[in-house]
Amino acid sequence: MQERLKQKAIQLLENGTVDRILGWKTGEFFYDLTPAVFTTREQIEKDFVFNVFSGANLSKYLIAESRKGGKIAAFIKPCDSYSFQQLLKEHRIWRDNVFVVGVQCDGMCDAAKLGDGVLSVKEDGENLIVETLYGEKTVAKADALADRCASCKSKKIVIFDELIGEQGEETENDRFGEVARLEAMTPEERYEFWRGELSRCIRCNACRNVCPACSCEKCVFDNANSGVRNKAAADSFEENMFHIIRAFHVTGRCTDCGECSRVCPQNIPLHLLNRKMIKDINELYGEYQAGADMDTKPPLTNYTVDDCEPSIVHERGGL
Amino acid sequence: MPVNEEFKPTIVAFCCNWCSYAGADLSGTNRLQYPANVKIIRIPCSCRLNPMFILRAFQRGADGVILCGCHPGDCHYTTGNYYARRRMTLLFSMLDFLGIERERTRVEWVSAAEGAKFAATMNDFSATIHKLGPNRRLEDLRCRKD
Ligand code: SF4
Ligand code: SF4
Ligand code: SF4
Ligand code: FES
Repeated sequence: MQERLKQKAIQLLENGTVDRILGWKTGEFFYDLTPAVFTTREQIEKDFVFNVFSGANLSKYLIAESRKGGKIAAFIKPCDSYSFQQLLKEHRIWRDNVFVVGVQCDGMCDAAKLGDGVLSVKEDGENLIVETLYGEKTVAKADALADRCASCKSKKIVIFDELIGEQGEETENDRFGEVARLEAMTPEERYEFWRGELSRCIRCNACRNVCPACSCEKCVFDNANSGVRNKAAADSFEENMFHIIRAFHVTGRCTDCGECSRVCPQNIPLHLLNRKMIKDINELYGEYQAGADMDTKPPLTNYTVDDCEPSIVHERGGL
Repeated sequence: MPVNEEFKPTIVAFCCNWCSYAGADLSGTNRLQYPANVKIIRIPCSCRLNPMFILRAFQRGADGVILCGCHPGDCHYTTGNYYARRRMTLLFSMLDFLGIERERTRVEWVSAAEGAKFAATMNDFSATIHKLGPNRRLEDLRCRKD
C-alpha cells in the first residue's frame, strides 16, 4: 500500500496536478507517525510513510493548507473523509485547492497493544511481525487494532477525487455499547467514574488541537476572560468545565473520528462524551452522521416545533 | 461554622427579556411570593444562554439554574427558543451523563402574562433544590463561602 501511495504522490507532483502532498512521516518514534507536507520526489521517496500507524487524520491541516495558494493533494482514510466533508460543509476548506486521494483502510493499530520493547513492526497479511528487545513475535492485527478502529462506523470514503484500493461500506459496530453501560449506572457511580477519568487531565489541550471540529480561529480556551483559558485545572470544577464545554462545542459537528481519545496522553475516554451526544441526537432528533453529506442540516442549527422538552432528561432518568 | 442553619438554596434564573422577565415583573407587582434567593439574570432571548453561563453560575455558588423563555412559538425573535430547547436538552443530558444531579437544571416557558406561573415555578424549583441539598458536584471550592 505504501508503495502505491508514494507512486501516486510522485505522479501528482510530476504531472503538475498539485505542488504539495500531505501525508505522514515518522515522528519521534517509528510508531508515532506525524502529518507532513512533501514538495519533491526525493522527500517522498525518503520520508513518506503509510502503515498501520497512519492514524492521524489529515483533514484539519487542509484548513490552513488550502488557503496557501497552489494545490495540495491529501491522503484521506474513510473516517478522515467524514471530517473533510464536515469541514467543507462549514466552509473551512477551499475545495478547489485540494485534490483528495481516498485510501482504503483496514484499521489502524495502537502501539501500546503490542507490549513493551517494540523495535519494529512489519505487516504480513492479517498479522503483524513484531520485533522486540526480547525477540520476535507474531500478533494478530485484530488484537492490536486501535479502539476506535475496533468500533469503526464506516469504511466508506464519502468524498474523493481519486481512490486507492476499494471503496467500503458503513459497518455494523458497537460504538454506543460503552455509553449505554454508563447510562445504566446511578448518577453517583457516573460521577465517580468521570472524576476518576477527568481528574487525570493535565490540560495539554491536545484533544482540542487535534480535533477537526475544534478549528475556531479564536478558541474560548485561548480567551483570558473565559476563566478556562489554557492552564492546568486548579479545581475539579475547571476539569469538568473544560470537558463539558469542549464536548458541547463539537456536538452535532463531531464525526466520531476518534482523534481526541487517540492523542490524549492521559488516556481519558473523551469519545464517550462525544458519543453520548451523538447517541442522544440520533434518538431525539433522528439519525445524524456529521460529515456524511453536504446537505442535511446539523441538529443544533435546526429544530422542529414539536421537539421534546429538556425535561425529557429528567423523565427518562437519563437518556 | 454555623450549625443548624437552614440551607437556603441559591437559584439563578435566566429570563428572556420579552416574556419571562416581564412575567417575573408581573409576579412582583402582584405581590406573589417566591424565595428571595432566586437571582434573576435578564438575557435578550432564551437562546442567548451560553452553556458556559450555566456552569459559571454553579461555579459561583448556584445550587440550581433555571432558564425561562417565551413559550415555543412566541419567541420575540420567532425561533430563538426552539434552538435553545435543543441545546438545553443536550446540555442537561451531558450533565446527567457526568453524574451531575439532573434536578439542578430546568427549563420553563413563562409568558409575560404568567406572573403566577413564574412564582409557582420558582417555589417549586427552590423546594426541589432544597431537598437535593447544596451543589457539590459542580462547585468550585475556591468560591465557597462557608
Ligand atoms: S471530538 Fe474527537 S471524535 Fe469528534 S471530531 Fe473531534 S477529534 Fe474527532
Ligand atoms: S473548544 Fe470550542 S471554541 Fe475551542 S476550538 Fe473547540 S469548538 Fe472552538
Ligand atoms: S488531551 Fe487529554 S490530558 Fe490533554 S487536555 Fe485533552 S483530555 Fe486533558
Ligand atoms: S425572546 Fe423570549 S425566548 Fe426568545
